[in-house]
Order: sequence, then C-alpha cells, then structure tokens
Amino acid sequence: MNINLTLVVQMIVFILLIWFTMKFVWPMILGPMNERETRIAHGLAAAEKGEQELAAARDQAETIVREARERASHIIEQAQHAARDLVEQAKGAARSEGARLVAAAQQQIELDTTRAREALRREVAGIAVRAAAKLLGREIDARSHADLLDKFAAQV
Amino acid sequence: MAGMVAAEQTGGATEYIVHHETFLSNKVPHGIVDFSAINLDTVFFSVLLAVLFGGAFWLAARRATTGVPGKFQLFVEVLVNFIDNQVKDTFHGTSKLIAPLALTIFCWILLFNIMDLVPVDLLPAAAHQAGFQHLKVVPSTDLNATFAMSISVFVLMIFYSVKMKGFIGFISELTLHPFTAKNVFVQALLVPVNFLLESVTLLARPVSLSLRLYGNLYAGEMIFLLLAALTLSQGLGSLASIGGWTWIIVQIALGFVWSVFHVLIIVLQAFIFMVLTIVYLALASEHH
Repeated sequence: MNINLTLVVQMIVFILLIWFTMKFVWPMILGPMNERETRIAHGLAAAEKGEQELAAARDQAETIVREARERASHIIEQAQHAARDLVEQAKGAARSEGARLVAAAQQQIELDTTRAREALRREVAGIAVRAAAKLLGREIDARSHADLLDKFAAQV
Repeated sequence: MAGMVAAEQTGGATEYIVHHETFLSNKVPHGIVDFSAINLDTVFFSVLLAVLFGGAFWLAARRATTGVPGKFQLFVEVLVNFIDNQVKDTFHGTSKLIAPLALTIFCWILLFNIMDLVPVDLLPAAAHQAGFQHLKVVPSTDLNATFAMSISVFVLMIFYSVKMKGFIGFISELTLHPFTAKNVFVQALLVPVNFLLESVTLLARPVSLSLRLYGNLYAGEMIFLLLAALTLSQGLGSLASIGGWTWIIVQIALGFVWSVFHVLIIVLQAFIFMVLTIVYLALASEHH
C-alpha cells in the first residue's frame, strides 16, 4: 500500500466528474423536476378554482330554476285568474243577453197583447154597434157617435 | 464468492491474500510515496464507473421531461431529490457546486463499493487469463482513490472558508480559537496553541474521511478473501470427496451472509462520505 501517481489521476477524474455532473446532469434533472412541481401546483390550483366555479354555477343554476319555477307558477295563476275572469265575463254577457232577449220577448208579447186587445176591442165595438143598430132598427152613424163608441170601446 | 485462483495458489492463505492485495501497477513502487508508479486497475475501474455513472445520469438528464417521468427518470429524480434535501438541510446558503458534488460523491463511491460484491476471484481470474498478474477491482480499497476525493474536498473546504470569511478571517479562525484572552500578550501566546489544535481539527477531516471509507471497504474485502482462502482452497482441493463439496457449500453460505451484511456497509459508507462532505463544507462557509 503506497501513495503514488494514482492519487493525482484520481483527483483529475474526480474533478472532471464533478464538473460533468454540475454542468450536464444536475440542472437538467432538477430543472424539469421543479417545472413539474410548479405545473402540478398550478393544476391543483386550477382544479380547486374549477370546483369553486362549478359550485357557484350550480348555485346560480338553482337560483335561475327557482326563479323560473316561481314565474311559471305566477303565470299559471295569472292565466287561471284570467280564465276565471273570462268565464265570469262571458257568463255576465250571456246573462245580460238573456235578460235582454227576455225583455225583448216580453215587450213583443206585451205589444202583441195590446195589439190583439185593440183588435178585439174594435171587433167588440163593431159587434156592439151592429147589435145596437139592429136593436134600434137603424144605422148608427159611426161618425156622429164616434165619442160614444170610443167611450164604449174603452170600457171593453 | 467463487473462483478458481484459490485452488491454484500453492503458498496457502497468506500468499493468496497478498496476491489479491497487490495492485496492477506499471512498476513495483518503492517506499510509501512513489509518484512514478500508478495503479492501473484502480484508475481503470474508477474511470469505468465514472463513465457508467456519468453516462446513465446524462442519458436520464437528456431525456428528462416535465410530464410523466419514466421509471429510470423517476429513480434518478428520487436520488437527486434525496441528495438535494440532504444538502438543503445542512448547507444554508446558495451554491451550485455542493449538490452536484454530493451526488457525484455518493454515486461514485457507491459504485466503487458495489465492485466489492463481485466475487473476489472472478475478475482477477479473468485478468489472469488475459495475462495480467494482479487485479484489484474495488477502487475504494485503494488509499489513493479515497485520498484523491478527500483531498479534493479539503481543497474545497479551504476555498469556501477563504471565499466566505476572507483570508484574514480564515487565518484568525485558525489562530484565535478556541482559547481567547483579553490581554494582547496572552493572546499572542495562545496563538500557537490555537493554531496547533485547529490545524489538527482541520486536517483530521480529510484524513478521517478517506481512512473511514478505505478501512471499511478494505476490511470487507479482506473478509471475502479470508472466506475464500479458508473454504475454497479446501473445497477445490478435494472435489472428489463429500468434505470438499461441504466446504464449497459453506463458502457459498458464508459469502452470502457477508454479502448481505456488506450491502449495508456499502451504502452506509457512501452516504457517510457524502453527508460529511456537505457538513464540512457547510462548516467551512459558516461564520463563527
């Protein structure tokens, strides 16, 4: 066992190897490692952000659905109300139309009745005059006895 | 664990171990320090493992995507992330060097140590066939390799100290601690004492760093060698008898047990070297 030139050669090899590792190995391995680390950190942060956004979107969607449901029920209520109104209106219109028709019919009936009574009265007056003339034996001048006749007719 | 060289040894266990503990060198080195010799096996295997580590990680780095990572990229990223956390926990400051340095140290030493799990006789026997007398395959059982790393780390420690505290700050840290006095003359007397203590503290770091790794791996390898020497030589010597086969089974069992235990040491020593490097560099760049 002795110290010899091997020592110097080994030192040179050692220094060269350190230089090689420092220049071509260490940074090329640690660089991508650190880069990957930051990328993973970014990815995790993005995932968390995405999750938060998803939760927010879900909340928003829920709000929108709730609002839509409320509006829909409101609209349905309104429609039911309107339909009821419409029915009521139609009912009212029908009722008044019926009343009008009834009134018109009654009027017509009254008119016809009056007219019939008038005709009947004339008929009765005529018959009465004729009967009176027969009784009296002479013709009653309709014109000279108009007042009398009218009075009679009114009594009938 | 298995091999055939053991049986070919004629001089018994001692020669077998000495044979395995001899480096493939350009010449037989003289004395403890001899800069004209070089351990070709250590250099070859450490360069091979450096290319393996660098190539694999470079491929992973080149194909790295910010999207879904593949299995190999994931493995590399787990390792890088683990080391990055270790560095961030210990070293409070910004440095483009410390983390890649830690990764390099951990992976390179781990690969060095894993060579210890290759059966001790396998590669040397193959080298023997190719005409090489000796071959040591575990670079971390070579003091040159472990000192090369710890001395480089030591230079970086000095560099960071001077860079963060200035030259004056570095010198005053070496000389004005741990003993301080209000009187200037007493302080002047304390300077050599402080310097001695602090120098030992400072120098003990790279020395302990490299010796710890070397010692653990050397011991581990030695146990594999002893197991092989004690069981394989007996077993391969008498393959015709039941006793010989029993020895081989014992060798496999013991080698397996020690390998399982050694896996722990292999990873632990690489980890300790890396963590202590980070700690020492953190200490060097901190103000007291």
